[in-house]
Amino acid sequence: MNFTPPDLLPALPEIFVLGMACLILLLDVLVKSRPLGYLLTLLTLLGAALITVFTSVPQVQTTFGGQFVDDAMSDVLKLMSYLAAMTAVVYSRNYLAERGLFRGEYFVLSLFAVLGMMVMISANHFLVLYVGLELLSLSLYAMVALRRDSRQATEAAMKYFVLGALASGLLLYGMSMLYGLTGTLSLPEMAATLNAGVSDKVILAFGVVFVVAGLGFKLGVAPFHMWVPDIYQGAPSAVTLFISTAPKLAAFAFAMRLLVDGLHPAVGDWQGMLAIMAVLSLAVGNLAAIMQTNIKRMLAYSTISHMGFLLLGILSGTFAGYSAAMFYAIAYVLMSLGSFGLVVYLSQSGLEAEHLDDFKGLNSRHPWLAALMAILMFSMAGIPPFVGFYAKLSVLQALVGAGFLWLAVVAVLFSLIGAFYYLRVVKILYFDAPKADAPALTPASDIQALLSANGVAVLVLGILPQPLITLCVYAMQMTLQ
Amino acid sequence: MFEGIGLISLAIWVPIVAGLLILATGGDKNADGQRTLALVGAVLGFLVTVPLWTGFDKTTSAMQFTELAEWVPLFNIHYRLGVDGISMPFILLNSFTTILVVLAGWEVIKDKVAQYMAAFLIQSGLINGVFGALDGVLFYVFFEAMLIPLYLIIGIWGGPNRVYAAIKFFLYTLLGSLLMLVALLYLFFQSGGSFEILAWHKVPLAMTAQILLFVAFFFAFAVKVPMWPVHTWLPDAHVEAPTGGSVVLAAITLKVGAYGFLRFILPIVPDAAHELTWLVVTLSLIAVVYIGLVALVQSDMKKLIAYSSIAHMGFVTLGFFLFNPLGIEGGLIQMISHGFISAAMFLCVGVMYDRVHSRQIADYGGVANTMPRFAAFFMLFAMANAGLPATSGFVGEFMVILGAVQVNFWWAFLAATTLIFGAAYTLWMYKRVVFGPIANQHVAELGDINSREFLVLGLLALCVLGMGLYPLPFTEVMHASVNNLLEHVAHSKLAY
Repeated sequence: MNFTPPDLLPALPEIFVLGMACLILLLDVLVKSRPLGYLLTLLTLLGAALITVFTSVPQVQTTFGGQFVDDAMSDVLKLMSYLAAMTAVVYSRNYLAERGLFRGEYFVLSLFAVLGMMVMISANHFLVLYVGLELLSLSLYAMVALRRDSRQATEAAMKYFVLGALASGLLLYGMSMLYGLTGTLSLPEMAATLNAGVSDKVILAFGVVFVVAGLGFKLGVAPFHMWVPDIYQGAPSAVTLFISTAPKLAAFAFAMRLLVDGLHPAVGDWQGMLAIMAVLSLAVGNLAAIMQTNIKRMLAYSTISHMGFLLLGILSGTFAGYSAAMFYAIAYVLMSLGSFGLVVYLSQSGLEAEHLDDFKGLNSRHPWLAALMAILMFSMAGIPPFVGFYAKLSVLQALVGAGFLWLAVVAVLFSLIGAFYYLRVVKILYFDAPKADAPALTPASDIQALLSANGVAVLVLGILPQPLITLCVYAMQMTLQ
Repeated sequence: MFEGIGLISLAIWVPIVAGLLILATGGDKNADGQRTLALVGAVLGFLVTVPLWTGFDKTTSAMQFTELAEWVPLFNIHYRLGVDGISMPFILLNSFTTILVVLAGWEVIKDKVAQYMAAFLIQSGLINGVFGALDGVLFYVFFEAMLIPLYLIIGIWGGPNRVYAAIKFFLYTLLGSLLMLVALLYLFFQSGGSFEILAWHKVPLAMTAQILLFVAFFFAFAVKVPMWPVHTWLPDAHVEAPTGGSVVLAAITLKVGAYGFLRFILPIVPDAAHELTWLVVTLSLIAVVYIGLVALVQSDMKKLIAYSSIAHMGFVTLGFFLFNPLGIEGGLIQMISHGFISAAMFLCVGVMYDRVHSRQIADYGGVANTMPRFAAFFMLFAMANAGLPATSGFVGEFMVILGAVQVNFWWAFLAATTLIFGAAYTLWMYKRVVFGPIANQHVAELGDINSREFLVLGLLALCVLGMGLYPLPFTEVMHASVNNLLEHVAHSKLAY
């Protein structure tokens, strides 16, 4: 029996990030320099981006015995994840420093979380998918608990952990059923076996149900959404910012790998489930968000509704739908980065800018930040000319194209309800007078510049969406060829 | 001479760029400079639209000044612009109104001047985009985006109940337009992957599809017009908006809804339009008669004018669904004329409000004694609002009534009651506010209009009289396009 070492090139970015994360962990013990860890983290992500770009080939490459795949979709999603993680780390700097959390743990955990996402994005095998998911989730549990002395954060971490473990259990249970049915855990092989026809449709249905339920937990869609608002609210804002952005890209990849690469032959089984979950998420997310007074909680519910929209793209089961969902995921991450970034940025001088009231009259205090927030809110509401509009348009177009006219109508009606609470934020920013005790803002020019770039990107990509759409369509084309 | 530069593009982007420049000038310290810049931007924005009128070919119904560029090729979305006799006048009306609005807010707005002016300029550019767009998505983008500035205008500079009014305005109009978005996507697939509005005019559609599309479009545009019973946002928005906001709302944004009827509903779903004529005509007549009566009992001047706007727009939709040239041209003339008159009426109320800070009719009386010049202007506009011959208000109403007689005498009869109700509520209000003895201390202290206000009202007076005495240039421009539209609508699109 001869042993051929696996081709490591496709997995080079992962290896690099892993090495650097360990290095930063070591350096944190030896050199007590926080800015060093910060810079190294950014450099690691930048380096990973460069490696991903330079090792990228148009063909689909697999390695580690077909368990790991490197294709155009994974490259694009990874690049976006690095970008999101980098932006999140920069946004969080002052917030964390002010609260004594600007420590090595944060950097290392965020890098491990990124690594987990990368593995998920590139997984071609149920177990690899699971390993990546657990790596991501465990890092996030720890990040939520980063503020040890906060009761709220600890409670959130506990809740996140328990529910996350439950979801993992469901997922594993479903996987084991599918394994029992098909005799393989490799996604392409499973698809091939299912295509050839299976004897026991009941087991297939059960397996799909459990797997989709686990997926629903991780995506945070109704009826598996209960953890989202509590965790978003309880975690330190900087961690919420992290959780709500890059991991959503990984969750999208997770859904694609699982449902499209692995279970596409069972599309009839999961399409209906996804439709129910999507409609429920739109309903729960948009209706519950109206009641919120805490902006983190409000954005959490808004995330649930956005994930519902994302599912609409996937469930259309067409090429256009997948690329629309990918576009939606990227657009959502961009908007979420900006809005949570502003929440984090405004949490200065001991104030946690969590309540909607803390944003009162921002236009009088700082017109530019108010304008950025307004852009993000209108974009999330799907009002043109912002990127959120095109994201919604492309998903709706895919839906109508696939014949789900009624779902498109339901989706736009819930968007109308959703518009209300986004408009309320704009109202608070612009129509209300600032609170008398609102602290003066200490500007941090680099963070503010990045926030501005983020907001302007939402506008520019809304006016000229072609490049990003092309990228998503190209990625899907190369992946699903 | 102007071919190739993209006149419509200029009409859209000059005001928007001017607005962004004003925003960049910062806070209220240099308010005077910002005002001047806004005026320059508005005047420039108007000047670039003038060649659209002078260079317009009246003999053809084809789109003119067309521009075409790829926008999102993957979805086959284009930056496709062009005007015909139906849309072109509104671009001019809109750009002209913007100048008035900038002038009207000149010293009245003291807080966040830059944002105020910029909002109006950007809004003006976006509305020009609505009228110039020939691509469904492009239209939709402008159609929705124009809500944002107006939302902010009502919410920031509005009255005490502004938040409610602003959100109501936004959600109401969004409800309509979201359904339209689904309709646009449906048409995209029906037409084999095109968002070109003119291509949609030729798509054959079954009756069920036509009815559903009609409902979706009708929602979007009926809310904008607004037609009874989805009109309730308008009085709130008008009452709370600052004068400039009311002017733009009444003079321009309502017209967008009516324009949608002619650009989308009639040509795309003609059979459904014929089938559902009864619905539109009924709602229009309710607007004319019932809302006219509602206007009669208002105690707030702005609310009264808002209701009168709804009644007048009822005339427009009635005219469109008569399916004869008199009706449609009359409706269009009524739209332009109402743009002048309602703007003037709101500006008149604004003039008084700036001095007394009340819109209640009961707080006035005998204004003619202290503001004679103003009273003369107000008289002219009130008469025009009541549809006095020789003012623009008469022409459109008369044409629609004539058109209605050709179709159904009783429709015409009911529509003609507006000449009574319109006169009743307008002139009664005028009498209570302007005539009689000086009612109170506030009125006694009133100063007559200054030269800026004189300029604004004078310009509008010229328009109202000019159009009333010599409407030919306006109808001439529309003629070819309206005939073409009618010919198109007469042919069934049912796919068998």
